[in-house]
Amino acid sequence: MPADRQPVGAHYGVRDWLAQRVTSLVMLAYTLLVLGIVLWNGGLDHASWRALFASGPFRIATFLFMTALLLHAWVGVRNILMDYVKPLSVRLALQIVTLCALVAYAGWTLQILWGHA
Amino acid sequence: MAVADRPVVRPRPVYLNLIAIRQPVPAIVSIMHRITGALLFLAGIPLLLWLIQRLLASPEAYEAASRTLAAPLGKVAVFGVVWGYLFHLLAGIRHLTLDLRAGLTLASARSSAAAVLVLSLLLAAVVAVRLW
Repeated sequence: MPADRQPVGAHYGVRDWLAQRVTSLVMLAYTLLVLGIVLWNGGLDHASWRALFASGPFRIATFLFMTALLLHAWVGVRNILMDYVKPLSVRLALQIVTLCALVAYAGWTLQILWGHA
Repeated sequence: MAVADRPVVRPRPVYLNLIAIRQPVPAIVSIMHRITGALLFLAGIPLLLWLIQRLLASPEAYEAASRTLAAPLGKVAVFGVVWGYLFHLLAGIRHLTLDLRAGLTLASARSSAAAVLVLSLLLAAVVAVRLW
């Protein structure tokens, strides 16, 4: 690894840049879908939410949205940490905390979607 | 060129008082994009997951969550997350159009940034009317 490259650096490529844009489009599509469903039905009560989330395709769509959201959050939070947190040990610690939180959220999502179906 | 002939290099004035500098609209939208992103990560994701779980858990949990969100503090939280999401989404769409090399002139970049601010405030006003 060249001396000017840090293990907690940006990986110096366009992959994250592109991922941030692709995930944003996935989230935009899901947002419009849910907004459309809610407006179409004039608001949803408990039974309607349950019926909606009982649908396999909607669960998959929600899972895709949450995956996109967590990846998007990782790229964004890491950019913020790289800009403002200069001591590398502190930056690494905060990145680890962030990653742990995001993986925990992924587990929570799975539990909600398929935990007690 | 002899040392004596070189132009005198005076220290350049450094003025980085971010509060006192008048920020152009695109700069305000840019930093707000970042701030809303951070807040959506810190508060938005856990609130969203909590809400989905409560909405689906049971009729009682649904009613309890509805009451929590209808309380004054709950409404403020809902408004904050929704406005933050809308602003971040609109600023993101503006970002994508800039990536496509659309609206890159200074004038159009300024007006699209102003449009993001105004449109997000209008949509937030709709949400506020529905909430209160």
